[in-house]
Amino acid sequence: MNLEVVQALVLRHVFLYTRNAVRFVELIFWPTVQLLVWGFLTMYLQENTSGDFPGLVTFLIGALILWDALFRSQQGVAISFLEDVWARNLLNVFVAPVRPMEYLAAACAVGFLRILMTGALLAVLASFFYAFNIFSLGFSLVPFYANLMAFGWCLGMISTACILRWGQAAESLAWAVPFLVQPFAAVFYPVSVLPEWLQPLALALPCSHIFEGMRQVMSDGVFPVRSLVWATVLNLIFLVLAALVYLRVLRIARRKGLLTRFASQ
Amino acid sequence: MAEATLEVSELTKRFGDFLAVDGLSFGIRKGEILGLLGVNGAGKTTAINMVLGLVEPTSGSVKVFGEDLARHRIKILKRANFSSSYTSLPGNLRVWQNMLVFGKLYGVRNIKEKMDELLELFEVGHLKKRVTGQLSAGESTRVNLCKSLLNEPELLMLDEPTASLDPDIADKVRKILRKVQRDRQMSVLYTSHNMRDVEEVCDRVIFMHKGKVLCEGTPEEIVKSFQEESLEHVFIRVARSGDFVEELGSGDGGRTTPGDS
Ligand SMILES: Nc1ncnc2c1ncn2[C@@H]1O[C@H](COP(=O)(O)OP(=O)(O)OP(=O)(O)O)[C@@H](O)[C@H]1O
Ligand SMILES: [Mg+2]
Repeated sequence: MNLEVVQALVLRHVFLYTRNAVRFVELIFWPTVQLLVWGFLTMYLQENTSGDFPGLVTFLIGALILWDALFRSQQGVAISFLEDVWARNLLNVFVAPVRPMEYLAAACAVGFLRILMTGALLAVLASFFYAFNIFSLGFSLVPFYANLMAFGWCLGMISTACILRWGQAAESLAWAVPFLVQPFAAVFYPVSVLPEWLQPLALALPCSHIFEGMRQVMSDGVFPVRSLVWATVLNLIFLVLAALVYLRVLRIARRKGLLTRFASQ
Repeated sequence: MAEATLEVSELTKRFGDFLAVDGLSFGIRKGEILGLLGVNGAGKTTAINMVLGLVEPTSGSVKVFGEDLARHRIKILKRANFSSSYTSLPGNLRVWQNMLVFGKLYGVRNIKEKMDELLELFEVGHLKKRVTGQLSAGESTRVNLCKSLLNEPELLMLDEPTASLDPDIADKVRKILRKVQRDRQMSVLYTSHNMRDVEEVCDRVIFMHKGKVLCEGTPEEIVKSFQEESLEHVFIRVARSGDFVEELGSGDGGRTTPGDS
C-alpha cells in the first residue's frame, strides 16, 4: 500500500468539499434535519407518557447520532466512487498506478472524515437543543464510533460493488443499502423486540451489538465489554468479506469490460 | 530491431459470444508512434483498454517494457499514461488541483514546476486557476493531455485525443505532441478518425477490421500498396469492403512487420 497514492485520492475529495459550498451543505443538512425532527418528537412523547420511559430522549438521540456515524461512513465510501463516475474520472484513476486496496483505503478515509465532521456537529446541536451530552457515553464512545465506522465501510464497499456490477442504474443503492440493514440493526429498539426468528440475523450484524451496548451504558453505566468484543470480531469478518466481494466484482468488471461503460455514459 | 516498448501477441477479447478483438498482434518500438485505424467498432478502444489493464483479455498477452502486464500492472502503469476525449478530470476541481492530485498519484516530484511547464506548452497556462468543468471542450482536451504527460510516460495511449479541437489548435497540439515525443523518445499508441492527423503524427499505422489486423506499414506504404491517393481513400475503401480486402490482405505486400521498416 502506497500512502502517497491514498493521500492523493483523499486530497481530491478534500478539494471537492472545500471548493463547493453545496457539497458541504449536503453533508450537514440531513443529519441536522433528522436530529431536530426526532429530537422534538421524542421530547413530545416523553412529556405525554409522563415518565413511563425514563431516558427515552437519550436513547433515541444517542441512537440517532450513532446511526448517523454508520451512515456517513457508508456514504463516504460509496459516494467517493460515485463522484468518480459522475465526473467521468473513473478511467483516469483506474489507469493510474492505484491498487484496488489503495482506492478502498482512500474511500474509507473519506468516510472517516465525514464522520468527524457530522459527529461533531450533531454532538453540539444535541447538547444545545436537548441537553444531550454525547460524552456521557464516556470512553466507550471511541470503540463505538470505530465499530460503526468499520461496518459503514463494509456496507460502502458492498454498495460500490453493486454499482460497479450493475452500472449507474444501481446508483440509488448507495443510499438504500444502509436502510436495508437498519430494521435488523436494533438501532432504536433492543434486539429482543424483534421476532425470535429474526434475532439471529440481528445478532450477526456488528452494529446491533453497538446499539445494545449503547443502551447498556446509558441505563447502567457499565462498559459493555461483551457487546464490543462481539461487534469487533464480527466487523473483522465483515471487512474481509466485503473487501473480497469488492475485489471479485472488480475482476468481473475487468472481464466484462464494465469499467469503460462508466466513461461514455 | 530497437527495444520494444509494447508487445501484444495473439490478443483476443470476447464479450459473450461477440468477438471484439481477434488474435491481434503488434509491437511498438521505443520512440515510435503507432496509429490504430479502423471503422467504428473495429476494436481499437478495446485493444487500448486491454493494454491499460482496464479490460482483461480472453486470451493472448500484453508485454510492456518487457514485462507481463497481467503480473506487473501497477509497475507498468507508473511509466505509462492515457488520455482520450471520453474521459475528463473532475469538473468541480480547479485545473491546478487536478494536476496536483494526478501528479501525486503518479508519484511525480516537483509537481508544481512540471504542471506549469506542461500547461504553458499546451497554451493553457492562464486556465490554471479555472474550474475544470467550465473549460471549453478544446481547453479541457488540452488539460487532459497535460495530465497524461505529468509522469513523463514512456508509453502514452491516446484514444481520439484531438476529437474536439478546432483545426488551428489540433495542428498545434499535433506539433507539440510530436515534439515532446521526439525529445523524450516516448512510444505512443494513437487512434484517430482524422486521417490528416494520422498521416502527420504516426510513424506507422495498423488498419484494424473486425478485431483483426488488416494491413500495416508506414502511411505512405499503405497508400502505395492500395494504389490510392491518400490514407483517407484507403480508409473509405477498407470501410466499405473490409471483408474483401481481408481476403486480399493475406497475400498482399502491404503488410510489413514492425522490425523491417
Ligand atoms: N464492455 C463491452 N461489452 C460488450 N461489447 C463491447 C464492450 N466494449 C466494446 N464492445 C463491442 O466491441 C466492439 C469494438 O468496440 P470498440 O470500442 O473497441 O471499437 P472502436 O474501434 O474503438 O470504435 P470507435 O471508432 O467507434 O471508437 C463494438 O462492437 C462494441 O460494441
Ligand atoms: Mg473507440
